[in-house]
Amino acid sequence: MTSTEANSMEDVSLHILDIAQNSIAAGASRIAISIQDRPGQDRLEIRICDNGKGMDPDQVKSATNPFYTTRTTRRVGLGIPLFQASAEATGGYLKIYSEKGTGTVVQAVFHRRHMDCPPMGRMEDTMAVLVCCNPDVQFYYSHIFSGRKFVLHSGEIQQKLGEISIADPDVIVWIKEYIRSGLEEIYGGV
Amino acid sequence: MKSLEELEEVRQKALDSVKLRKSRAGTRIVVGMATCGIAAGARPVLLSFLDEIKKRNLGDVIVSQTGCMGTCRLEPMVEVYRPGEEKVTYVNMTADKVKRVVAEHIANGHPVMEYTIGSAE
Repeated sequence: MTSTEANSMEDVSLHILDIAQNSIAAGASRIAISIQDRPGQDRLEIRICDNGKGMDPDQVKSATNPFYTTRTTRRVGLGIPLFQASAEATGGYLKIYSEKGTGTVVQAVFHRRHMDCPPMGRMEDTMAVLVCCNPDVQFYYSHIFSGRKFVLHSGEIQQKLGEISIADPDVIVWIKEYIRSGLEEIYGGV
Repeated sequence: MKSLEELEEVRQKALDSVKLRKSRAGTRIVVGMATCGIAAGARPVLLSFLDEIKKRNLGDVIVSQTGCMGTCRLEPMVEVYRPGEEKVTYVNMTADKVKRVVAEHIANGHPVMEYTIGSAE
């Protein structure tokens, strides 16, 4: 294995990729991923909002139960409980706000200075995979670090590309580099 | 910092390479992207497919995702569909193995048998 990420859900960007899959499975056409990283307030907040089919209160309650899944044959719905456990390990929490027919918001708050707080990981990889596999979904990605902000809107990029698909390998590789450089900028070159 | 203005350049480059591409029309690469796949390393596998396809300028290859394929211990799993051929399922994939799959299977039509589900079981 060449990659240290190969064997577990060990950083925040992998959790986000996983949670966004739920939005896609829920038929969302718009997904907003917002990260607010505020070390001064010892707080890292992640929000994944979608306009998918939503859940009723019973389904919301069950989503944080590891042994709940709407699929009887395949996927075991472990993504939310894993994300929740990761947030709670830092003294934070995870909340789900959802309404049938409207959409779902998953909010996770981490205490950033806690020793169990996972690293951010490669958000450029997460966004590249999401955009590549779901060119028809509009992704709004915003990432704040100590008041500095980076944003990416996949619909705006598609508009500038005209007849070339946003899922074109040349474009995806560029998007990855664009996000990387934007994040380096807000994190001050770190 | 990079800017969105560069997109025009990327667009032109993409338009040019579309003309030069060796078309593999109808080829579909599907990566399992459920919790089990992601935890096992599906993300670098998918991105490695994109890098290799770009490097080799292979056109009309669609890289997409699916949910859990049902055999979580064999993740990351990848299915390759080529027109007129049987589906090939690769298991325990890594970014390095992807390079060989693209070179031998996607570009030249010879599945890498030792990475397939048949030799894993």
